Amino acid sequence: MPKAELLDPQGKAVAGALARLGRSQITSVRVGKRFEIEVDGPADDAILAEVAALADEVLANLVIEDVISVHFAGADGFGLDATQDFESGNVTTDTSFDSQGTSTETEQQLEDEISEGLA
Amino acid sequence: MGTNSGLGGGSWANGAAGAGGSGAGLSGTGPSGTGPSSIDTDAGAGVRIGVVTFPGSLDDRDAARAVRMIGAEAVPLWHGTHDLEGCDAVILPGGFSYGDYLRAGAIASLSPIMSEVIDAANLGLPVLGICNGFQMLTEAHLLPGGLIRNDHGNFICRDQRLRVENTSTAWTNAFPSDAEITVPLKNGEGGFIASADEIARLEDEGRVVFRYLEVNPNGSMNDIAGITNDRGNVVGLMPHPEHAVEPGFGPDTALAMRSGTDGLALFTSVLSSLLARA
Repeated sequence: MPKAELLDPQGKAVAGALARLGRSQITSVRVGKRFEIEVDGPADDAILAEVAALADEVLANLVIEDVISVHFAGADGFGLDATQDFESGNVTTDTSFDSQGTSTETEQQLEDEISEGLA
Repeated sequence: MGTNSGLGGGSWANGAAGAGGSGAGLSGTGPSGTGPSSIDTDAGAGVRIGVVTFPGSLDDRDAARAVRMIGAEAVPLWHGTHDLEGCDAVILPGGFSYGDYLRAGAIASLSPIMSEVIDAANLGLPVLGICNGFQMLTEAHLLPGGLIRNDHGNFICRDQRLRVENTSTAWTNAFPSDAEITVPLKNGEGGFIASADEIARLEDEGRVVFRYLEVNPNGSMNDIAGITNDRGNVVGLMPHPEHAVEPGFGPDTALAMRSGTDGLALFTSVLSSLLARA
């Protein structure tokens, strides 16, 4: 997400459009980015930590953006799952994801999601 | 040199013909208030200045033309190589490298040639980043801060008045101190931001090189248009000096339409700093 203290002109433009639709109860919009990442190999804490490091170094520019969350995908492959939120420290392998049949004999796919801001 | 045949492979014409002159000294109006200045195109003989073309670069040819205007050789460099081809200085041009995907300049800053540019810059190679090139320099951590979307949300294109506040960098030593110049500005994500500490450091150390005058066109903090590193060899700015190097194609001046050549002094500056070092 764009850093809270910085102006987000894109969010401002969206908020203006919503207001023009009569949604006057919406007073502010901020627009960020989300990355869905698939990897080869085991879906473990090590790969999650690696992706979290990449989020800080490459996927986000911490001068202008904040990384909000790095976590395993939920059972449906989408959405936040608080029990597996990396930043909460409650990282676990998502067994429900494995049971969806995306694993191979030697590899399983892990989908990490990274929500962060945009330039 | 990649498959983009029009861009790579040393296809740019060099020499006096390419610079539109016939060997005679080129004259321009010079930075405003300093009177006419002339360029000794012989001074650039033998100096090689690389201009990197990335996928989506737009102003590489104009930058190369500016290099030829001062009599130096413009060397086309390709983002996908690790070869600076022995260049004495490098320019990262404007445009929309990699479609500005991820963030403006972010993917370009990870390209093969940038690892060479970063190493060489840290050893003192003069590097100029213009617009998208400035964004790359911040993404590559060669310069502090970052560039975000213009505060008004729109792309802006205008002839921009600037003050040159640091005339000791490799790219500004030919300007008289506090010179006021006009060069084109065109960007969508040109808002310079940095932490309060970083802004204070840049100001205290005199590393704000260019400051917007009259109008802040994009919401940049402290009206900052361009900065340098502590060594003074790396300079990045959002406005486009390479579009103000040739009478007939620059910004309007009081003297005549499109006669502004205030940008030329950036390129003569690097020549001076290279020749002083040699």
